Amino acid sequence: MQKATIQLETLVCPSCSMKIESAVKSLPGVNKDSVKVSFSTSKVKLDFDSTSLTIETIEKAITALGYVVIKSQVKPQ
Amino acid sequence: MQRWILSKKNPIVLASGLLIALGFMSEWFFHNETLAIGSLILASMLGIAPIAIQAYQALRVKVVSIEVLVTIAVSGAFFIRNFEESAIVTFLFLFGAFLEQRTLNQTRSAIKELTEMAPESALKKMDDGEFVEVDVDEVDVGDILLVKTGAKVPVDGFVVTGEGYINEASITGEAVPVHKKIESGVYAGTILENGTLQIVADRVGEDTTFGRIIELVEEAQDSKSEAERFIDKFSKYYTPAVLILSILVGILTKDIELAITILVLGCPGALVIGVPVSNVAGIGNGAKHGILLKGSEVIGDFSRVDTMVFDKTGTLTQGNPKVADVVFFTEDVASVKSMVANIESESDHPLAKALVEHLGVTEKLVVERTEVVKGGGIIASIDGKRIAIGNVSLMNQEQIFLSENALKDIHNFEQNGNSLVLVSVDGTLKALFGIRDPIRPGVKEVLQKLKRLKVKNLIVLSGDNQGTVNRVAKELGLTEAHGHMLPGDKSSFIADFIAKGHIVAFVGDGVNDSPSLALAHIGIAMGSGTDVAIETSDVVLMNSDFGRLPHALGLAKATASNMLQNIVIAVGVVLVLLASVFFSEWMNMSIGMLVHEASILAVIVNGMRLIRYRVRV
Repeated sequence: MQKATIQLETLVCPSCSMKIESAVKSLPGVNKDSVKVSFSTSKVKLDFDSTSLTIETIEKAITALGYVVIKSQVKPQ
Repeated sequence: MQRWILSKKNPIVLASGLLIALGFMSEWFFHNETLAIGSLILASMLGIAPIAIQAYQALRVKVVSIEVLVTIAVSGAFFIRNFEESAIVTFLFLFGAFLEQRTLNQTRSAIKELTEMAPESALKKMDDGEFVEVDVDEVDVGDILLVKTGAKVPVDGFVVTGEGYINEASITGEAVPVHKKIESGVYAGTILENGTLQIVADRVGEDTTFGRIIELVEEAQDSKSEAERFIDKFSKYYTPAVLILSILVGILTKDIELAITILVLGCPGALVIGVPVSNVAGIGNGAKHGILLKGSEVIGDFSRVDTMVFDKTGTLTQGNPKVADVVFFTEDVASVKSMVANIESESDHPLAKALVEHLGVTEKLVVERTEVVKGGGIIASIDGKRIAIGNVSLMNQEQIFLSENALKDIHNFEQNGNSLVLVSVDGTLKALFGIRDPIRPGVKEVLQKLKRLKVKNLIVLSGDNQGTVNRVAKELGLTEAHGHMLPGDKSSFIADFIAKGHIVAFVGDGVNDSPSLALAHIGIAMGSGTDVAIETSDVVLMNSDFGRLPHALGLAKATASNMLQNIVIAVGVVLVLLASVFFSEWMNMSIGMLVHEASILAVIVNGMRLIRYRVRV
């Protein structure tokens, strides 16, 4: 399991975080309970299995929703 | 393609605004119907593109978002050939989002300033002994780092060589530089004002004190109150409900105009965003002023505090007691002194420290069987003699006879505001020490401000004798003072007050008061930004600065009422809109969207007032 912190462009509505949360949770290899989208800091935090999923795929799922990823950080857990 | 459109939102807003202006001008001034309708159609299509994309993306992850409502409404308007409305609604929606993003960035500025203080690089000693600049993430515990004048300390650690002055404002809120020499602890995010240091990394990244503070502030800003969780749940079902309602209205009345107007009016906006905005701005203001409010629940409770309970030692007083008066009831002063000094040097109790400091260096003795009596003192053996050092109740427990003279001295010492330490050797009283702990400067003014902030009960609890506590209470203008309190007594005292329906805040040093801190509605620890204090309390005052207490309380009150204002604005707007769609002639989709966006901006701007909040009492 890896721990990822993804910084997004400012989120404008709390419902945006709902969208991102359900999109990230639907990716296979993501620990569903670990997904946390912070409205006030516009950050996504999650744990994922790096053998079946890459950080790029996660970023892509978020950008596909129309949110800009500024930077992401992956650390071993 | 989709991403390209989304990334061009700002030019799209501008273009659609210009097209709308062109449309209206050609209708009013040139009476050119075709050009007018043409530019409005173009504006609508341009404007709906990014909204529709986001609506589609949301539906794909099974969320009925506000964009879904707007897309349907605009398509409906298009369908009934009301191009004016479709153009204006898309424009207002996009322009509103643009303004919201701008203003929201403002409310978050405080936390941003904080995270920008985080160090980014470090000079790390490589295997060849050279220092190379690396990213701060590449620093591991145990690495040797070089910090030059003007640079940020990259991680928490200890000085191994060199000395200098460090500005620790980012951690403690105190701007006066602190002198650091070998073995001094240094903290990530602080700035070396002069000198050069080599430090060894002890804690890195999010584990540093600075990293923890940032994480706590972020968590606090995101924490949700009961009301917010309700609103979140509510809005999850609310948007689909609005959709169903408008479809029903459309089918029943055959009035598409009315149906799509309901869609736009029903957009949840101000309600969902109002409370988080106040929360973020309020907590941000605190962070900037060295106050950590841990979440909106804490803000709610703190704002209604009517009783504040203070621990005396280290909170109201400097926590650095000194021996002020001494009487010996024996000729052999030297041997009593050395016995007391040897026994007390084993204790960490502040009174013990004061005694050791006062007595200075004495003959070394072997101390056996030391027993600490909680809330009483200490009993030990030296050379077969039983020595008890402690308060009057310990003497009673030990059945020590207190002569008339001794009682008179005890009374006088207490009158002077001393804490008493009595010494008995083999059952006879040998010495009486009076120890006083000076009151912290500025405490009196702070307490008066708290009173003006409508805290009715200001109470001091202490393990010291009643005389000492009374003197402190009288000098500071406290409403109640209770002495002879063991840690257990303090927490049951707080439990009693809570049972009586008071909202209680407890202010303590965070070390031996943890039950009281946990039990009170609001626990405020005064432990100079130590880990324990930061973790256990609800409100953290950086650098144990008692003077920040009124700002903290005032801010909590201001934030709580700001949230309430925002809820009133949001609910009020929805009610007015809904009423006017049914009972007035002037309501249409464009006005609905305008009012809707305006109410969102209103709650954001209202929340922004908190950024500049200053306590005024």
